[in-house]
Amino acid sequence: METNNIISSFVFIPFLGFLISLFLGKKSETGLSKLAFYVVLIQFLAVLSFIIYWIFTGASTFNIREFVVYKTDNYEFLIDFYFDKVTAAYLLVGAFVTLLIMRYSAYYMHMEDGYKRFFNTVLFFYFGYNFTVLSGNFETLFIGWEILGMSSFLLIAFYRDRYLPVRNAVKVFSIYRIGDVGILLAMWASHHLWHENITFQKLHNDVLVHDHLVGHSATGLFIAVCVLIAASAKSAQVPFSSWLPRAMEGPTPSSAIFYGSLSVHFGVFLLLRTFPFWEHQTAARILIGASGLTTAIIASLITRVQSTIKTQIAYASIAQIGIMFIEIALGWTTIALVHASGNALLRTYQLLVSPSVVSYSIRDQFYNPKKPVVNMFSKYFKKLEDTLYVMSMKEWGLEHFMNKIIFTPLKKIGKSVSFITMKFLFFVLVPLFILSSILFAWNSSIPDSLHRILPYVYSGIALLLVLRAFTERKNPILAWLLVFFNHLWIAMAISFNELFDWTHTLMFLSGAVASVLVGLICLLKLKKAEPNYFSLHHYFGHVYEHKKLGFVFLLSVMGLMGFPITISFIGEDLIYSHIHSDQFGLAIFYALSYIMGGIALIRVYARIFLGPHVKAYHEKALKSF
Amino acid sequence: MISDHTIFDAEHTLHELKHYLPSQAPLKDFVHHNTLHAFQKHSFHTALQMASEKFGFKVYDDLKKFRSKYLRYELNHDVFNKIISDKKGVSQLEVWKTKLLDVDYDTTIHNRLGQIRENWKEVYKTNLDKEVHPILFRFIGSYLDQGIAIWKLPVNEKGILATVRNLQANSSKKLFKSKRVKELLFNTTCELEDLLFILVGDEHLYEQYLFDQQFAHPGWSGMVGVLESQPQSLLDRRNVSLKEFIAYELLLEIDLLDQKFGQVWKPLSESIDKNSIKGLFDKHDYNELFEVYSLWLEIAEWNYFDQVVYGLQHHSNNPIESDAISFQAAFCIDDRESTIRTYFEKEDPNCQTFGTAGFFNVECYFQPENAKFYTKVCPAPATPKFLIKESEAKSRHTKDVHFNKFLSGVFGGWVTTQTMGFWSGIKLAGSIFLPSESPAMVSSFKHMDPNGKLTYHVNKSQEKVDGLQVGFTDEEMANRMEALLKSIGLVKSFAPIVYFFGHGASSINNTHYAGYDCGACCGRAGSMNARAAAHMLNSTVIREMLAARGVNVPETTQFVGALHDTTRDEVEYYDTKSLSNKNKKQHEANCVIIEKALSMNAKERARRFFLIDTKQSAKKVHDKVKLRSISLFEPRPEWNHSSNCLAIVGKRETNLNLFLDQRAFLNSYDYSIDPEGKSLLGILNAVAPVCGGINLEYYFSSVDNHRLGAGSKLPHNVMGLIGVANGMEGDLRPGLPKQMINIHDAIRLMVTVEHFPEVVLNTIKQNPSTYEWFINEWVILVVVHPETKTLYHFRGGKFQVYEPATKTIPSVENLEKLVESTREDLPVYLIR
Repeated sequence: METNNIISSFVFIPFLGFLISLFLGKKSETGLSKLAFYVVLIQFLAVLSFIIYWIFTGASTFNIREFVVYKTDNYEFLIDFYFDKVTAAYLLVGAFVTLLIMRYSAYYMHMEDGYKRFFNTVLFFYFGYNFTVLSGNFETLFIGWEILGMSSFLLIAFYRDRYLPVRNAVKVFSIYRIGDVGILLAMWASHHLWHENITFQKLHNDVLVHDHLVGHSATGLFIAVCVLIAASAKSAQVPFSSWLPRAMEGPTPSSAIFYGSLSVHFGVFLLLRTFPFWEHQTAARILIGASGLTTAIIASLITRVQSTIKTQIAYASIAQIGIMFIEIALGWTTIALVHASGNALLRTYQLLVSPSVVSYSIRDQFYNPKKPVVNMFSKYFKKLEDTLYVMSMKEWGLEHFMNKIIFTPLKKIGKSVSFITMKFLFFVLVPLFILSSILFAWNSSIPDSLHRILPYVYSGIALLLVLRAFTERKNPILAWLLVFFNHLWIAMAISFNELFDWTHTLMFLSGAVASVLVGLICLLKLKKAEPNYFSLHHYFGHVYEHKKLGFVFLLSVMGLMGFPITISFIGEDLIYSHIHSDQFGLAIFYALSYIMGGIALIRVYARIFLGPHVKAYHEKALKSF
Repeated sequence: MISDHTIFDAEHTLHELKHYLPSQAPLKDFVHHNTLHAFQKHSFHTALQMASEKFGFKVYDDLKKFRSKYLRYELNHDVFNKIISDKKGVSQLEVWKTKLLDVDYDTTIHNRLGQIRENWKEVYKTNLDKEVHPILFRFIGSYLDQGIAIWKLPVNEKGILATVRNLQANSSKKLFKSKRVKELLFNTTCELEDLLFILVGDEHLYEQYLFDQQFAHPGWSGMVGVLESQPQSLLDRRNVSLKEFIAYELLLEIDLLDQKFGQVWKPLSESIDKNSIKGLFDKHDYNELFEVYSLWLEIAEWNYFDQVVYGLQHHSNNPIESDAISFQAAFCIDDRESTIRTYFEKEDPNCQTFGTAGFFNVECYFQPENAKFYTKVCPAPATPKFLIKESEAKSRHTKDVHFNKFLSGVFGGWVTTQTMGFWSGIKLAGSIFLPSESPAMVSSFKHMDPNGKLTYHVNKSQEKVDGLQVGFTDEEMANRMEALLKSIGLVKSFAPIVYFFGHGASSINNTHYAGYDCGACCGRAGSMNARAAAHMLNSTVIREMLAARGVNVPETTQFVGALHDTTRDEVEYYDTKSLSNKNKKQHEANCVIIEKALSMNAKERARRFFLIDTKQSAKKVHDKVKLRSISLFEPRPEWNHSSNCLAIVGKRETNLNLFLDQRAFLNSYDYSIDPEGKSLLGILNAVAPVCGGINLEYYFSSVDNHRLGAGSKLPHNVMGLIGVANGMEGDLRPGLPKQMINIHDAIRLMVTVEHFPEVVLNTIKQNPSTYEWFINEWVILVVVHPETKTLYHFRGGKFQVYEPATKTIPSVENLEKLVESTREDLPVYLIR
């Protein structure tokens, strides 16, 4: 059992470090940087020695049932850790790179506003990183995934008083979350495929996997596609690629650790983790390989036209990850692992020395000027060349594409229900909800046909509410309440869907209720303090004057979006177990409202508290800066 | 409503735009200048109010900050009362005291930008900037790119629009979709008037519309403007014009609106109430707040200056006996050289130091061995006619594979990530835990090879290069050296060895490296100039010519060129082999003294580097200081000109005893050998724009680091090797990054001159552009009467007697203890 404790400690050391860092003083630069450095150093040494020991003792795979968070007869929410060569490689590279970055940042961040915030966030990220890397089942992985998304948002928006970092942070967060639909649906489908929360270890059991997939090949492919979507979003593969260069808004070391090295390789990690599951599904392998190939080609073309150093490194990295996808699809998992580690180290270094490119290249040019480019292409090819150039300069329209197929339609739907106002909420939706609750009391006497439709109707309402919140431009309180009501309607939908223990609903709603109340108080307080600057029309940057309020509100946002700081997150998962395997639409509705709810909430937070401060009595950056 | 032109005149507007836009050159040619140079024809405080109300800049420190400094006695209350009484009259003292200390002002910064274009959002619900900026920035970035992209934009040499036309015609993926825009592009010359007619409609609004538009991205527009007037700033030149850049932006706007609304939308002027718009160039009303600010600034300034002028008045030293002088050393006027001089003099009280512009009057271009270009090594405004070439030198450029384009390719990347990637990891760990020199760094010592040969002398048979004469004639050398020696007052009492110290800086990961080198050498190290000047003065021919002009250099005296690295506090000497045996010995002894002085200087500087324990010995501190220049993670290799605020023109004896905390530009000058102020004119012609420019760039970057500075450099991304921006889609950020100004005290520069006021007045009036600096008070001028020591403050075109409020300044015996005692700004001390 000792080994298990060691492995578990790889999650707890960073967590402890993160917790302590929260309580250190803002002014204590040395304290913060030393803490961060030594926490990661301990972790690094521990990981290193353990891996050496592990290799010498046969490099066997471990699965640790860490603890059961919640259990019923046919449901179990288990925090599960897993250790194999993929874990080992990711743990080691992660600890190594983070160690270097911590040391680097201790000096680099000196005198910067937000020194503490930076180290808090990086430690938070590092905790999420290890949690994800060590996760032994989808549920555990998803928790880590959520931490990565949130810490990533906070680091991109590190310069929260400027417009572009905040806008791009919201953008990246949104794309991340869209990718999370993949994970959510994969989890849902797995529930039904395995009738349990399957551990990654069991996926290695060929016979077991084979048995379950027989007769469920469509479900199998569905899960594989979902995994591919999640992996592509996390690793900035086509069509999600455009977020990576835009994420380079934080201090250079944070960009290096997140987007140069660690975070961006999580798509590869997910594929490596689930490889045994889709290994025998030829269609899935072709799909993943093709996705990698497409990315490698497009991203490398875009790389070539980049005239800024960081975006060039970003796209070059994306192209390499595309190749890793191909490698994994071909079954060369070890090569992919080596490739990912090498890429992580190389890109970190490149990003960290990127400011030196000016003096270096100017000097290089001073001594070795480039010869003029000879046009080798005939007229016909010239056309092709220019076309490719313009397309690459426009990033192959990927940014536009994402908006067009995802955000614009969702916005359209949201705007189409703009009749949902505060009044409507209280005079129509609340009575309707009460009515439905009463109806629920006579649940048994509802005709079957109606009974089958009602969950769809209710979850449809829920989704509409959240989309309405996403497009609300005026009233933050309305947006806030709409997301809460979304939860209520989801609960209603599920209650009609399946007879189950009331405590599940309670668990699902409890965190939401607490969060919504805290958030509401924050909003009302802010409205009272800043009546003229209270809407969602643009960014207000209230964190400049209301730091504490901003922090509490952020916590409530996290609570309401189902972040694992309240028990609601177990409820979120539980809810899934109550959606039947044939209720594909319901699963989509639920996943979408979960995802869009998160995006709508982070948007509310960003618009009110972040961005250039609305009051101009101090220096402010231009929007284009 | 728009200036004097009631009807739009494109040329005039373009001229105005270029005037107001930032004028910072590409990074490699970074030179400090007055950020608000466009307003220099107005007096300082008026100009600041105008700039603030027009463009929304913050132009003074916070009111709160001034007030709390006053309450904490960091601002002298006597000076406070004196300034208010002087400016507002004694009777008004109490009234203004209340205003300065207690009145609750609304300090919101208003501005007149954006009034017209905001209507796109209000009326048309279209955020043009959001759509247009990314593609515009990417295009101009690729167009100007100096070597980041692997695949270059197919640039047409005729300019931006020609390039756009080519791409639009050639590419299947179109830059523009609107039919109207295509017609405009191909069938017209895209005159601004025509495009503005479509967008704006009313000629009266054109100019302000363009200001709105261009000031939404002043970085790129400014860069285009600068490159239009000085294309030589790019090694890989481009044909650019602001006019075409604007035309392209206007076309993008029309294209976007056409796509959104078809071609039926109406020009903006139809939905604007023209009367509600405040013209950008309309008069500014009196604003009491700005007067309060201006008083506070002057209080903060005189809080320090008062001590300085008191010190200059009362604490002159006696000159050293001429036969006792052990050695002499001339340095650059640069504030970073002021402290090293103090330590030279402390370590060897018989040495004598001088300060002068660090190009040592050798104005020329320099072409290192193997270089395909040459670079200017004299003050930026000068246009030298000479070129000095280096030969028989070693190459100083080593390659680093991490900057290789190969890594960005698919297959190159595939191979290298799996092999070299791991090596990168090891290398990174090495450079983080044990920083060492690497090809990525910039070292001042690499500017010139000490063992290389330089073409000092013109060779009749050699042809001119681009109209530049290679080397100088004897006459030209003698002229320059005569002027140099006379201007610093070194015309007799030569010591056996006279050093000329040029200076430069070393750093890594520093995009603004050029700003750390010698400003008088156009952002390069001063090694070649110092070496050349020493060479010239060692020549017998030149000495004979100088003797004929009254400057007798004894045969035993030898000049030695040298370079001082201000970041590392290291020196390198040139051509010491030619020293006589006696001087060689003397030189070796001097080296020991200089080495000690360097460590002490490093220690004094280190008090400002918060992360170094200054209680350690000077040697240890010095080692740590050296590490900063090679540490990847060090955004502040040195503080550069931070906290500068003084330029003292006069004999070293007048300021030798004062501890000035590395805040002073020191220019040696002996009034007695320049009764008419001829040399003085030359000095002030350089001091005002160079030191004043440095000071004001620091000032404005400090008070509004977001708009007038470059913001924090930590997230900067390098754009096309010419500038920095935040992230992927940001505008270029001219000005100084926050990491250069953290400890800067935002006050103006005070120039003090030791001479008779009437001579000074006469001198400064001779050059209108220099006079502008003084009359409009962009720098403060105080004259110290050399005989009576009376102080005269130049104000409103006249010299007025100034009585310092300071009655005594503290003295300090142990400098080392003093610098260990605090990390904050120090007052003036008398060094015992």
